[in-house]
Amino acid sequence: MLKPYHLAAGALLSVLVSHPLAAAEEKLLNVFNWSDYIASDTLDRFTAETGIKVNYDVYDSNEMVEAKLMAGKSGYDVVFPSAFPFFARQIQARIYQPLDKQKLTNYGNLEEGVINSLNATDEKILDFAVPYMIAGTGVGFNRGKVNALAPGAPTNSWDLIFDPKWSDPLKSCGISVLDDSGEVFAAALVWLGKNPRSEDPEDFKAASAAIQRIRPNLRYIHSSSYINDLANGDLCVAHGYGGDLVQARDRAGEAKNGVDISVYLPVEGAQVVIDVMGIPADAPHPDNAHIFIDFMMRADVVGPITDAVGYANAIRGTDAFVSEQRRNDPVIYPSPETRAKFFTVPPKPQAYIRQLTREWTRIKTDH
Amino acid sequence: MNRNARFTRNGAGRRLVVGVPYLWMVVFFLLPFLILLRISFSESRIGLPPYTEVFEWLGGLSFRVLGSFSNYQFLFTDDLYLSAYANSVKIAAISTALCLLIGYPMALGISRVRGQARTLLLMLVILPFWTSFLIRVYAWIGLLKSEGLINGLLLWAGIIDSPLALLYSPFAVYLGITYSYLPFMILPLYASLERMDGSLLEAAADLGARPMAVFLNVTLPLSWPGVIAGSMLVFIPAIGEFVVPELLGGTSTLMIGKVLWSEFFLNRDWPLASAVAIIMLIILVLPLVWWQRHQQQSEGDK
Repeated sequence: MLKPYHLAAGALLSVLVSHPLAAAEEKLLNVFNWSDYIASDTLDRFTAETGIKVNYDVYDSNEMVEAKLMAGKSGYDVVFPSAFPFFARQIQARIYQPLDKQKLTNYGNLEEGVINSLNATDEKILDFAVPYMIAGTGVGFNRGKVNALAPGAPTNSWDLIFDPKWSDPLKSCGISVLDDSGEVFAAALVWLGKNPRSEDPEDFKAASAAIQRIRPNLRYIHSSSYINDLANGDLCVAHGYGGDLVQARDRAGEAKNGVDISVYLPVEGAQVVIDVMGIPADAPHPDNAHIFIDFMMRADVVGPITDAVGYANAIRGTDAFVSEQRRNDPVIYPSPETRAKFFTVPPKPQAYIRQLTREWTRIKTDH
Repeated sequence: MNRNARFTRNGAGRRLVVGVPYLWMVVFFLLPFLILLRISFSESRIGLPPYTEVFEWLGGLSFRVLGSFSNYQFLFTDDLYLSAYANSVKIAAISTALCLLIGYPMALGISRVRGQARTLLLMLVILPFWTSFLIRVYAWIGLLKSEGLINGLLLWAGIIDSPLALLYSPFAVYLGITYSYLPFMILPLYASLERMDGSLLEAAADLGARPMAVFLNVTLPLSWPGVIAGSMLVFIPAIGEFVVPELLGGTSTLMIGKVLWSEFFLNRDWPLASAVAIIMLIILVLPLVWWQRHQQQSEGDK
């Protein structure tokens, strides 16, 4: 009895609400993005050009976006998850709507290299997503302290973290890794010379052993604390996201506190994170969302964002809007050799994820 | 008059007064609990919602049960969950004891002061609530970190040579929980101490009891309800605490709130996360029920 009534009421409501909107959406857009991921004037420019007011919320983890979207009716029109494994898996859960490429007039601005690397991992992803920013996961270190405690350390390699020869003497001044089991296991696998995508039980054991060996050397395992701690000199070596490490380096430079931070993407290979824009299936303003995504594919919009946040974008012709210092930064715009070693990790089966999380808890808490 | 009495005993007014809290409990406790219970019997899947159905309606009143106890069984196959529960209970119990040790003298002191000074002291206890809980916990990061205020002060005073690892330690977790929940201990204690009849204390002193004996034989037993209420208010939220161990505890602190988080956010296993939450609820409700029984019995004895 309850259900037909609900259906009728729902139908009535949707007629009342959606019909007038089908003609013209209200001038509103709800965006959910990573913190510190646009320039200070990006949204104002969008509103000035289109008359669409933007409600802007931020998050600091892919898990947060995923949980909100999976609960349904998040109310967001545009979200920015990482392509792999998050967005690719979320497509399987059918929580995004396919993009209407007709409405994306700037689609041709996308860089071919980025399109190819997305397609190579998951060919369905471009039906639902437009790439936004790209960053490798790397290592940031305090030059002065590392030279003092571990002279001659290979500051271009994962050795700095995973090789006890260098990691042990650096323990006293602080090493951190990301609280992201996928990132750390992938890093351990490439350090061991194995395929970072491997799900082989033997490789898993070897990676776990490598991490457990250096576990006592880790001051903490955290995904954002290292930015400040590295900049303040509280931490010596940090495994972190490229853009975040660049921010730590910038902050240390601005503070003039004698802390000299260097950042590198390891020669063995670095995981590359491609964050994408997508429209949830139940987005209240899908038309405005398309307008926004189209806006975010313009070189004069995205260029200044790269300049502000220190992440490379996926749009051609943005060089004119990015300062020379940023453009010559090998962390933001890596050399072709480094790019060749970039890797992505596609979604894993649920059983593997559970095993990985369990092992990660064991490594972290000794339980 | 007779009719009036019957009206107040069985009438609409009484039912309303009793009904409102019950309605509150049904809407904000029982319903969410039942939703959680249902999810805990399902299995996770990739989809929306990210769990399977527990019942399959076959039309009319007949249905088939698809759910299982497998999530609960799983909780006992891995010692992670039991150690997390045990560790949470331990941390909550120690924090509660610390709150009691610090809060009791404060509450007693406030209840013995008169007039303006008492209002001021009470205000000082309540004042931290004007700042968000999260911000106050963040402030401790600034105090405890290795280049923070406390280490800076100790280094400057020459008490230590190198910074102490205060932050990201069990110590920081105890400190954070005790600090955050202290007002919840002080306020009920104060309420019960303030109501205490001062003449009882005078009588005890007149009969030759030393201050310590007065405290142990008169003040403490009379404030017992405040002690219990305050301890419950600290212990129960402290068990499920997530923010403090997450921000101050670093990685090695195992608490059930963090295990719940990783089941939900990392494994995306809502059913197992629900089962973890249900067990936690049972752990919390059992002592409450026991205490209420005990209370009723001891009142019956009197």
